[in-house]
Amino acid sequence: MMRMNKPFNIKKQADIVITARGLLKQYCGVTAVDAISFEVHEGEIFGMVGPNGAGKTTAIECIEGLRKPDRGSIRVLGLDPQQDGYELRERIGIQFQSAALPPRIKVGEALDLFASFYRKSVEWRQLLEQVGLESKDGAYVENLSGGQRQRVFIAMALLNNPELVFLDELTTGLDPQSRRAVWDLIEDIRKRGRTVFLTTHFMEEAERLCDRVAIVDHGKIVAIDAPGSLIASLRAENRVVFNVVEPFDEESLRRIPSVSRVERIGERVIVYGQRDGLVSGVVNALDSGATRFNDLRTEQPTLEDVFLALTGKKMRS
Amino acid sequence: MIQIRALQKLVIAQVRLSLRDPMGVFFILLFAPLLLIFMGFIFGNDPDPMSGGRGALDVFLPSYAAIVIAVVGLMSVSVETTGRREAGVLRRFRATPLRPLTYILGDVLTHFAMTILGIFLLFLLGVTVYKVRFDGSPLLLTMGICLSTAAFISLGFVLASLAPNPRTATIMGNVLLFPMMALSGTTFPLELMPEAVRNISRFIPMTHVVTLLRGLWFGETFGEHLMEVAVLGGIMIMGTIIAAWTFRWE
Repeated sequence: MMRMNKPFNIKKQADIVITARGLLKQYCGVTAVDAISFEVHEGEIFGMVGPNGAGKTTAIECIEGLRKPDRGSIRVLGLDPQQDGYELRERIGIQFQSAALPPRIKVGEALDLFASFYRKSVEWRQLLEQVGLESKDGAYVENLSGGQRQRVFIAMALLNNPELVFLDELTTGLDPQSRRAVWDLIEDIRKRGRTVFLTTHFMEEAERLCDRVAIVDHGKIVAIDAPGSLIASLRAENRVVFNVVEPFDEESLRRIPSVSRVERIGERVIVYGQRDGLVSGVVNALDSGATRFNDLRTEQPTLEDVFLALTGKKMRS
Repeated sequence: MIQIRALQKLVIAQVRLSLRDPMGVFFILLFAPLLLIFMGFIFGNDPDPMSGGRGALDVFLPSYAAIVIAVVGLMSVSVETTGRREAGVLRRFRATPLRPLTYILGDVLTHFAMTILGIFLLFLLGVTVYKVRFDGSPLLLTMGICLSTAAFISLGFVLASLAPNPRTATIMGNVLLFPMMALSGTTFPLELMPEAVRNISRFIPMTHVVTLLRGLWFGETFGEHLMEVAVLGGIMIMGTIIAAWTFRWE
């Protein structure tokens, strides 16, 4: 079941933590980020979603202050990432897509070392506990599994107790179980009152985690809203999909009130319709007709469908 | 602005990391002592009237210290820095409030520490096992070692800015290191080489290190080696300026 967007904490006025106006960045004649503008509110999980190469990483690096934009203005926590870089980095946490630690360093050593770079830092052992790795403080970082390594990097991004955390492609290359563990961590971060700005190309991740998303394609933002609102605006239909081996009465399905149309491609049957009563209607009809079916599942419109509708392209090429 | 706590942690962490690197440990800590053992086996250390009553090892021991200095400065600094840059390690540092000056100073001090450790092991072996004679002042010798180390570390940073990746840095380092070792009087005595070679050796930084350290080991003073001091000091200053100007995080 898809989750609808999560309720905000009741605030009189949502504080804005990131403002980007007309952000533009070019490399060798290619416009990676094409004059985008957006805002991020305090306490939310904001996602920049789009296929690889859409310009997400360039955009997030400009906001972090690691890259200088060609044009546009950026304000993070009221500071200019270029001019007030050091001051800003005391208050934010950054997690990188790729490992980037010296070889043969141990988990505890890395956390202890990086904690010393900040004016104020938390007890790193507590952080390790929070991410579920308290027994791994003496382990070599390069010997950890992918999921464990990502959790260490998250801990590193939280060392200075930041108000705002940047996560770039957090779960790329992780198995589903590790991915879910990391998602739980992110929600925990938000529960503690921090703002999260993340980039991802996994629509499921964006739907699951983000309060609001900006869908990015070729350097432009094509939509910004809560995932639930974007999907609802499609007014797309739900689908029930199953396989049959023998012929059956398709009319029995078409007669179901919420069904709009039925398609059959070889063994596969797709029933389109409104969500309410669709699944039960289909199953009842098949049951009554004593039709044998297998692999029955429901499909809802997702952000992938939103992307397709907005750009005319599939997310995955 | 230098962040003291960060500097402390950087040096301690990096020395620990260096000691975990088998290649580094071999070249910095073991290579020169092994060379000493090898030479000791071949030549022994009996006093030789031709070199003023000194044995072969008495003459060569200080020059082996120059090898440690060159390996750490030229190879270690450049390969490690370019390697870190390539792996994104420097960028990871840059994402924190760590100031570049603090990082560089931490790196310099770490390499100083490793050099001193390597030379100490070398001298310990030489003095205890091979009974090498030491006629100089420990303080002056240490100062000479520090000056030479600083000069070569700054050369290493220049190399790190020039080399696009650690593989190129390794090649460049080797191309500089081995001829230096051959032509600076470290391995073969300069006195026995033809005039042409001796002229070339004057332009090699390592020659000056060898001359200075050998002189200090034998009890001479800085005053007698002003040229070496000037050359090495000049390299250190020029190298530092060029390195600071061209240092890149990525």
